[in-house]
Amino acid sequence: MEETSVPNIVTAVLADYRGFDTMFETTVIFSAGVVCFFLLRISRREEPEARYYRHVLTGVTIQLKEGYKIPPSAEFEQIDAVWTPPDLIIKTVCRILIPFIQLFALYVIAHGHHSPGGGFQGGVILGASVILFAISHDLRTAVRRISEKLIGIFCAVGVLIYAGTGALCLLLKLNFLDYSALAGLLHVDPVTARSHGILIVEIGVGIAVLATMIWIYNNVSSAGRYRQGL
Amino acid sequence: MTDLISTIVAKYNYWIYITLMMIGLYAMIAKNNLVKKIVGMNIFQTAIILFYVSIGVKKGATIPILEHGHGHDAQHVVHAMDYINPLPHVLMLTAIVVGVATLGVALALAIRIYNNYNTLEENEIMAQIRKK
Repeated sequence: MEETSVPNIVTAVLADYRGFDTMFETTVIFSAGVVCFFLLRISRREEPEARYYRHVLTGVTIQLKEGYKIPPSAEFEQIDAVWTPPDLIIKTVCRILIPFIQLFALYVIAHGHHSPGGGFQGGVILGASVILFAISHDLRTAVRRISEKLIGIFCAVGVLIYAGTGALCLLLKLNFLDYSALAGLLHVDPVTARSHGILIVEIGVGIAVLATMIWIYNNVSSAGRYRQGL
Repeated sequence: MTDLISTIVAKYNYWIYITLMMIGLYAMIAKNNLVKKIVGMNIFQTAIILFYVSIGVKKGATIPILEHGHGHDAQHVVHAMDYINPLPHVLMLTAIVVGVATLGVALALAIRIYNNYNTLEENEIMAQIRKK
């Protein structure tokens, strides 16, 4: 308590005293996401046999033969060959619930110093909200919202924030992951700097966990094809 | 004899975890289906997590978050007896994350195997490998 000014001992031990352990922990989940991607993702550039489009207003589905495309517009949405219309009640309830779930996740990350919570837990809740969106609508809609490239970048950025904070401490002539080195940068005393350092690291962990959960779900649930169904 | 029985009964939580662990181990070794093996692995992990968390428990203690612990003027005595041991919690936070990561990778591998061999039964896969 005198050393870190963090009342939650679990957070203090996790992010400060055992900082190395947690850093490689983040690396482990990062590599798990990457492994899922490389094992499953099928990135064939070949044309599908037929494309299916659905007219949003009338619900009429049209099938286009190989090679034909409709440019993306508000009137038509591309759908998969196996497509079940999402239930209206489920869709609406999820649409109402998801913002609150995400707000709670941010609270869990930010309040990890003073109550049970932290980067891992908050990141998982954030990821779960996006997965809920993918389940209640369909995977194609979810991937359109959060693209695969963005997920990959987020995954790496989370680990980078963690390792970068450690390296920054090293540059400021203290040990790796010794956050009291940040005192000069943040204009606070070393004890508060350690508290802030823990928060920065937790945000990094949260981003990495969020992206990895979505990445694993996207790949495993569609066997790497990013289409509905296995 | 009564001593032995009383020690066994007093530590009944450990026996529950050992039973769970053995169920998981049995599923991992004896089951033929790969998905059932993965489920067994998860049961095993859960048993270990429960075991560690129960090590940290103290009677009459609360969660390891210091009370009135805000600001620098909060210089009051902290009694270790009032808080449960935080270290097992930290270790198990780590273990849960590793569990999710291994589950994801295991499922990905299972999907790849299914795409290749069209089955998840171990003996059928082995038979197909031997045939080649």
